[in-house]
Amino acid sequence: METANIAQNGRRLVTKNPMAAFLIVVGVVLIIDVVRQLATGDITFARILSLVWDGLMRGLVIGLAGIGLSMTYSILNFANFAHGDYITAGAFAGWATTYLIAGRFGAESSIGSLLLVGAGGSVFGGALGINVVSTPLAVVAGLIVACGFTIALALLMDRFVFKPIRGSGGIPLLITSIGAAFAIRYMLRFVFDPGTRGTTAAGAVPDIRPTIIDGSVVFTMHDLALIVVAGGLMLGVHLLLQRTKLGKAMRAMSDDQSLSRITGIPTERVIRATWIIGGGLTGVSGFMFVLWKGTLSWNDGWLLLLLIFAAVILGGIGSVYGAIVGGLVIGIVASTAVIWIPSGFARAAAFFVMILFLIVRPQGIFAGRSTA
Amino acid sequence: MSEAESRSEPAHTGTDEELETNRGTADVNEIPLWVRNLRKTFGGITAVDDAGFEVERGTMTGLIGPNGAGKSTTFNCITGVHTPDSGVVEFNGTDITGLEPYEVANRGLVRTFQIARELSEMTVLENMLVAPKNQRGEKLWRSVLAREDVNQQEYELVERAWETLDFFDIDHLAEEYAGNLSGGQRKLLELARALLTDPDMLLLDEPFAGVNPTLEERLLEHIHDLRDQGYTFLIVEHDMDLIMQNCSKVIVMHQGNILTEGTPDQVRNNEQVIEAYLGGEV
Amino acid sequence: MTDTEPDGEYAQRDDEEAVSLFGITFPNDGTMLLALLLTTYALYMIAGFVIGFPVRGLVNQLGQLTFWIALFAMSALALNLQWGYTGLFNIGIVGFMATGVYVTAILSKPVYGTGTSAAQVGGLGLPLSVGIVGGVLAAGLLGFLAALPALRLRADYLAIVTIALSEIVRFALLSNTLSEGTVGGYTLGLGGGNGLILDFTDPLEALIRALSLPFDLVTGQDGFLWTEIYIGIIVNGISVFTPGNPKSVIDTFAYAAVLLLILGGFYVLLRRTGNSPFGRVLKAIREDEDVTNALGKNTNQFKIKSFVVGCALMGLIGILWFGTQGSVTPNTFRPRITFYIWIALIIGGAGSNTGSVMGGAIFAAFLFQGPRYAKNVIETVLGEPSAPSSFAQAVAPILSADIVPFFLYTVDNMRQLQLVLMGVVLIVLMHRRPDGLLGHRKEIASSVPLDRPASNKSLASDGGETDE
Repeated sequence: METANIAQNGRRLVTKNPMAAFLIVVGVVLIIDVVRQLATGDITFARILSLVWDGLMRGLVIGLAGIGLSMTYSILNFANFAHGDYITAGAFAGWATTYLIAGRFGAESSIGSLLLVGAGGSVFGGALGINVVSTPLAVVAGLIVACGFTIALALLMDRFVFKPIRGSGGIPLLITSIGAAFAIRYMLRFVFDPGTRGTTAAGAVPDIRPTIIDGSVVFTMHDLALIVVAGGLMLGVHLLLQRTKLGKAMRAMSDDQSLSRITGIPTERVIRATWIIGGGLTGVSGFMFVLWKGTLSWNDGWLLLLLIFAAVILGGIGSVYGAIVGGLVIGIVASTAVIWIPSGFARAAAFFVMILFLIVRPQGIFAGRSTA
Repeated sequence: MSEAESRSEPAHTGTDEELETNRGTADVNEIPLWVRNLRKTFGGITAVDDAGFEVERGTMTGLIGPNGAGKSTTFNCITGVHTPDSGVVEFNGTDITGLEPYEVANRGLVRTFQIARELSEMTVLENMLVAPKNQRGEKLWRSVLAREDVNQQEYELVERAWETLDFFDIDHLAEEYAGNLSGGQRKLLELARALLTDPDMLLLDEPFAGVNPTLEERLLEHIHDLRDQGYTFLIVEHDMDLIMQNCSKVIVMHQGNILTEGTPDQVRNNEQVIEAYLGGEV
Repeated sequence: MTDTEPDGEYAQRDDEEAVSLFGITFPNDGTMLLALLLTTYALYMIAGFVIGFPVRGLVNQLGQLTFWIALFAMSALALNLQWGYTGLFNIGIVGFMATGVYVTAILSKPVYGTGTSAAQVGGLGLPLSVGIVGGVLAAGLLGFLAALPALRLRADYLAIVTIALSEIVRFALLSNTLSEGTVGGYTLGLGGGNGLILDFTDPLEALIRALSLPFDLVTGQDGFLWTEIYIGIIVNGISVFTPGNPKSVIDTFAYAAVLLLILGGFYVLLRRTGNSPFGRVLKAIREDEDVTNALGKNTNQFKIKSFVVGCALMGLIGILWFGTQGSVTPNTFRPRITFYIWIALIIGGAGSNTGSVMGGAIFAAFLFQGPRYAKNVIETVLGEPSAPSSFAQAVAPILSADIVPFFLYTVDNMRQLQLVLMGVVLIVLMHRRPDGLLGHRKEIASSVPLDRPASNKSLASDGGETDE
């Protein structure tokens, strides 16, 4: 009786929603393969746990940066390709501050080297002993500067780049944002040089390594810092949207801009608030990303951008919660994909999931609940 | 897949006398458009519920009803914009239910839009020339390699386009960008463009909305001329008086249903119509 | 309607109308393009001569300039078919270029047996012409696969899908897994991060040898045009007057000339495509897809054709680009190449084929090669000075009013600043000249003039009277 029922339900699923059925089959195959790998000892539970944890951390960064992208996408109606470079710009601004303070304003190395975040290997983050435990002040100050700088950058770009052509539609704005993205990215490269620098001493970050089932898993203080900062800010955004007048106005605007203009919500003020909140979160995500992974390079943000787009689309454009959930999903997909496929394709897997989603469910998981 | 299902679904068992699921072929010559048991829902809201009607050849038939009566959805179900949940649309004796809009148009059933949708960055003539069916140069290889062949047909089409523009008295606008036309001129262009597809029947979605009285008069004249030439019209319209004065048959929709149909006089005196649509004003 | 033009005389086609660029008016498109090219060459030569750039270097520069002009003009034309005509937002151009050149490489690289050194990846050893056709078809096929589901999407979603696709292609090329393997006795692969050595026949030689076939029949010689004419007369002839072997410089020039011819082919092909009923439907789709569909056009089919043809052409451009480079690496195909092509298109104005060629030329000459050439020239003039190694060292002396280090740093990092400049140019264009430098152009999509036919004249005057 039971099996007959299942078979019947299965048949209905296949005919009514073949794509969902296909995804379920793929999921089952992947799980069976993990079980096989565990049985043959190709992989350990601890390794899987590490990968999932890594994905969660990445997901927090992507989700945090995704909130800003999602907000501007829905309220201003364009995909901002410069968003990734806001992340990098924020990271560089923040880390210049952290280096400056950790390097005691030139006592450890020349001020120039510190401000350029050790361009050309002139000073190393590891040598300055930067981490959240031993130099908390430098880290917090860097975080604040990253936030403030990115807000300023976002407002400046809006004023001079986007606002003058806001009326001409989403596609011209998108093309313009690509121009802005390249200008910012290569300006950063011009100033800070193309090298990738280590910002924290590898292995010197305090951590715990509990043994879980069949191996040890590493949890660092920077994981914790990321969870606290990202979690706190996400909660803050939630409260802002639900509890404040500004939040209600933003939700209304993302639903229908012309309507909210008629009903008297001060559009320009809401747009500015969107850039401030989105920019601030983006800067913070850039700084925290670098703190967490311990390296900084001029194209970090750009490399993250497509994953952020993937998260935002997955969650449904305009939905803040969608961006967070989408970020976690994309982060975990990108990190755990190496269980099944070669590591060179991990990022490709995340993009593939995004393309699949755009085709099957372009409205995203949280469709119809924009910014709510 | 759901299309196939819905098409084979049995017809509603109502009490209407015209509830035949299979029409005889005899009346195809008189009845080009034949709609039965049309039903369309959007996320639980039923926009069209069991609508059925027919349009006689060479007539102007009006489709009226208050806002939200389901006129536009019916229109969209006939022209292939929406696939109906169930029901049958037959045109010239063939089942066109659930076909793509271009397939419907290629069978000779061509629509215009409520808000005239000109191709604004193209000239009036270019707009016109998009319309003709089966253009040789629409094949990519031919447009590159067989220019003579294509050109020959192009000259014929250009001539026809000019004639049609002459007919509608908008030939002086031929080289203007369509986006620069006035609202009324756009409506004329849309009708002219639809004619170049060689339709049997035209579905006009509120053709008089936003048109000034002088142009409205002209547009009406043209439609009457065309009907005299043998074209069939189904017109969705808000303006009751216009329909009553110009159509030989009027179909009234209300809440997704066909409330009644008949001559303007019959409709005008129908109790239900007065109740539902005219709100007792008449 | 009072015009009394003589019958049978068609009004001038739009491309024979005056065009104005940088405030100068030209009688027609051809003159404008020619003047633009000549001015560009003149500027390059003047800059070169003034500072005493060696002739050989200068000639080589001009050859390269021609190469880039042809390449970007072709790319802009292909993109114009997709975006300018059909409104399909493709920002994954590099992915199709990479597909073209990599497939050509696999098909036409010589066969390496299992015996050869481990790091060597071979090919199938097919003639280059087969390889090129295969590469073009593969790029088109990838376009088709992308188009099938993605064409239903909004423009911004299509943009994201295409750029993600191009990155997936790049990851595949970079991957170790696909870098080398043995398939049916052949050692094949994508080469991973090291890329591939493109050791197939030199395309220039292949072309000249192919053209030589009729001559070979007459002379009974193999590759007459290549050995006797090209090498024997042209190369050897020139080498009499110049020190050193001029073959590489002459090759550069000859190949650039071939590319210009192919560009001409592209232009004819895309103009014909555009000025035809086919192009008319594409334009109509760009304006309003629903209306076009309601007029009986199978819009999806038109969109797929336009996208696939555009992608196939992009594949061909990728092949032509790397044909003479000797090797190819995956990281060349970063999204910035796509960005270059978009700028070229927007300079020329989306929707205009002439504009695309012009945009490609202006981009190649002044935004792409220009800054690099300027860097070259300045460094030669200053005698290869050593620039500060970091921004800090460049900026610090400014406090003591010494801007030389900063200037040198700027010159040294021209390639970075160049992209900043391009970004700014794109922003300014979108603000000031969204229709391109030529402004809004009325390029009528029809294969014949659209004037009122003579037979229709009397009718016209009737219409004019009743019009009142």
